[in-house]
Amino acid sequence: MSSEKTEVDFDVAEINKDYERLYGFHTNTDYLKNSKKGVSPDIIREISKIKNEPDWMLEFRLSSLEIFNSMPDPTWMDGSVFDEINYEDLYYYASAGDKKYNDWDDVPEDIKDTFERLGVPEAERKFLAGVSAQFESEVVYHHVQEELEKKGVIFLDFDTGVQKHGDLIRKYIGKLVPQGDNKFAALNSACWSGGSFVYIPPGVKVEIPLQAYFRINAESIGQFERTIIIADKGASVHYIEGCTAPTYSKTAFHTGVIELFAEEDAYLRYTTIQNWSTNVLNLVTQRAIAKKNATVEWMDGNLGAKTTMKYPAVYLAEPGARGRVVSIGYANKGQRQDAGAKMIHAAPHTTSSITAKSISHNGGRSSYRGLIKVNKGASHVKTDVECDALLLDDFSESDTYPTIDVRERKDVSVMHEATVGKVSDETIYYLRSRGIKEEDALLMVVNGFIQEFTRELPMEYAVELNRLIALEMEGSIG
Amino acid sequence: MNSPLLELKGLCSTVFSEDTDQQIPILKGVDLTINKGEIHVLMGVNGSGKSSLAHVLMGHPNHQITDGEARFDGTSIQDMEPDERARAGMFLAFQYPHAIGGLPVGTFLKAAVEARRSEEVPFRVFKRELDAALEKLGISKEFLGRSLNEGFSGGEKKRNEILQMHLLKPTLAMLDETDSGLDVDALKKVFHDVREYANQDNALLVITHYDRVLDYINPTHVHIMSDGRIVKSGGADLSKRIDEEGFEAVLGVEASV
Repeated sequence: MSSEKTEVDFDVAEINKDYERLYGFHTNTDYLKNSKKGVSPDIIREISKIKNEPDWMLEFRLSSLEIFNSMPDPTWMDGSVFDEINYEDLYYYASAGDKKYNDWDDVPEDIKDTFERLGVPEAERKFLAGVSAQFESEVVYHHVQEELEKKGVIFLDFDTGVQKHGDLIRKYIGKLVPQGDNKFAALNSACWSGGSFVYIPPGVKVEIPLQAYFRINAESIGQFERTIIIADKGASVHYIEGCTAPTYSKTAFHTGVIELFAEEDAYLRYTTIQNWSTNVLNLVTQRAIAKKNATVEWMDGNLGAKTTMKYPAVYLAEPGARGRVVSIGYANKGQRQDAGAKMIHAAPHTTSSITAKSISHNGGRSSYRGLIKVNKGASHVKTDVECDALLLDDFSESDTYPTIDVRERKDVSVMHEATVGKVSDETIYYLRSRGIKEEDALLMVVNGFIQEFTRELPMEYAVELNRLIALEMEGSIG
Repeated sequence: MNSPLLELKGLCSTVFSEDTDQQIPILKGVDLTINKGEIHVLMGVNGSGKSSLAHVLMGHPNHQITDGEARFDGTSIQDMEPDERARAGMFLAFQYPHAIGGLPVGTFLKAAVEARRSEEVPFRVFKRELDAALEKLGISKEFLGRSLNEGFSGGEKKRNEILQMHLLKPTLAMLDETDSGLDVDALKKVFHDVREYANQDNALLVITHYDRVLDYINPTHVHIMSDGRIVKSGGADLSKRIDEEGFEAVLGVEASV
C-alpha cells in the first residue's frame, strides 16, 4: 500500500480513530452491532467532500446510510455469513494516490506489476478498448479510445461520471437497485467508490469489449463499486469487468451495485470473472432492464471469495425483450458460491435463459438460487433454466434453490433442468489411455463442463479462466 | 535379440465389481507374444475375456494383474499408469469411447499428441499433421469443433478412435470390437484405415466377436480365447475354419486333444 501522502489522500485509520474518540462505540440496535464505527454521516460527508460531489449525491449517500442502519441482515441465508462482517474494521474509502492515469507510461511500477500479472497490457494491446482500473478504491488508470469518444460513447469511472454527467446519473441511479433494496445495496449507496459509468448513444455499436479491471490491495478495504451502463436505442455494447485480489489476513468485504439499462432494440452484455482472495465476502446486486426487443446478457464467473452471493437479474419490461445468464461457480475449500439468476417476465413475448454451472471441490459448497417470475398478462413467454453441478470429490456440496412463480397461463413455457454429477473414473481412464496425465485429464473434463461459459469470452479471458481453473485444481490428484 | 513388442506369460487378472464389491477372476493365464510387423486377431465368444485383456493391458482402474507377466518393449507394465503405457506406445481403440461435453475434438487431439510425445507441439506443426490425417481418413474439419464423442454416431466414434491412432502413432494398437455397431460400408472404410496404419514398425491386436473383420484385414496370427485363456492360435487359416465350422466346433476339437 502506498504510504505517500497527498492532499486528497488521507489516512483512513486516522478517521476511524477520530470517530471512535468522538462518538464512542454505539450499539443502538440488536441487529446492527458495531456498525456505527466505520461508517457514519461524518465519514460519508468527508468522502463526498473529497470527491467534490454535488449536493444531490451527498443527500443520496446520507439517506442511504439511514436506510442501511435501519435494515436487518437478509434472513433467507444462513446468518453466520453476515456475522463475519465487522463493519468497524472496514475502511470505507482509501486512495492509492491523487492521480488518474490516462497513459500506461504514467502508471506507477508496482501497479504496473499488478497489471502485468493480470495480463492487462496484453489485453490492451489486443483490444485497445480502454482500461478502467480500480485500485484501492481509486481509479488509477483510465484510457478511452478516441474512436469511442468520437461516437459519443461515455466510458468513465463513476466518480468522474458524477462530475461530468451528473444529470444523467441522477436520472438512472437507484432505479433498478433502490437504496433500500437490500442492506448491502444500501451500504453501497451510502459509501460507493469507483466503478464505471457507461453510456452508448442511440444506434452506436461498440465492436470491442469495454474492459475494466479492479482489485482490492490493502488490508480490510471495503470495496463498493457502483456501475451504471446505459445502452440507448439500438445501441450495442459488451462490458467486461474482471478482478483478482491478493490474500490478506482480515476479512475483506465487497459489495457492488450494478445497474444495466437496455433501451429499445439495444444489446447489452456484462461479463465478469471475480477471483477475490478467499477471505472476501462478495455481495453484489446486479440488475438489468430490457425494453422492447432489447437483449441483456450477464456472463458471470465466480472463482474466488470466501462467500459469494450474486444473482444477476433481468427485468423483461416490454415485448420482445430477451434475458440471458450464463454463470459458473467454483467453490474450493472453505468457499461458498451462492449464485444464480433472476428473470422477471413483466411483458408478453419475452424470453429468458439461464445456464448455471457449478463445481465443488475440497469441501466447497456451490448453490444455485434462482427466480423465474412470469407476471399476470405476460403471455407467450419462454424460459429455460439449466443448472448443472459437478462434484470433484465426495465431501463437497451442491444444492439448488429454484423458485418458479408463474401468474400467467397463456402460452407460457417454463423449462427447468438440474443435474448433479461426478467425473467418472472411466472418463478419466479414457483420456489417460491417450497419454494424458490424470490431473490434466480432470482439468480437461472440468474445462469442458464450463465451456458454455468460456466460449462466450474473448480469447484471452478464456485462456486466463482456464489458467485460473488449473491453479484452483492444482494438487487435486492425490 | 530384440525383445518382443508385447509378451504375456501366464497373465491372470481380476476385475472389481461395484455391484458385489468383489474381485472377480477374469484372465486365467494368458500367453501371447506379439512382434512388430504382426497383425493379431483375437476372437472368442462374449465373456471369454477378450475386452478385459485389452483393458488389463491398457491399465483400466478396475482391472488388476494378479499373476503372471506382462511386458511391453521389454518392460513390465504392471506398475505403469495408463497414461505412462500410452506414452510408451500402447493404444486402445475403445468399444465404447467416452463422451466429454465441451471438450472439442481438436483440443483433445492436440493435448493427446503432446502427451504422447511429452512435448509441446507448435500449432502449425500439429495442424499440418492433423490436416494430413483428416484427408487420408476422409474426415471433415468440422468434426474438430464438436465435443468429444458427444452425440456421435457409432461410426463417428469408431472413426474418431482410428483418427487418434493415426495421430498418436502407437507401436501397439489394440482395437476392441471396433467393428461392432458398424454397417458394411462403415466397416469397410474403418478397416481400410486400420490396414493403412499397419506397418513393419508397429503391431495390431484386433479384438472381434465376428469373423467378418477378417475380410478386410489380413492377420498374421489368429487366437481364440475362452474362459480367460487363449485356447487356440494359428494363422489366417484358423479364422477360415471358424468361418466354416463355427467357434464351438473348432474349440471342441481343441478341448478334446
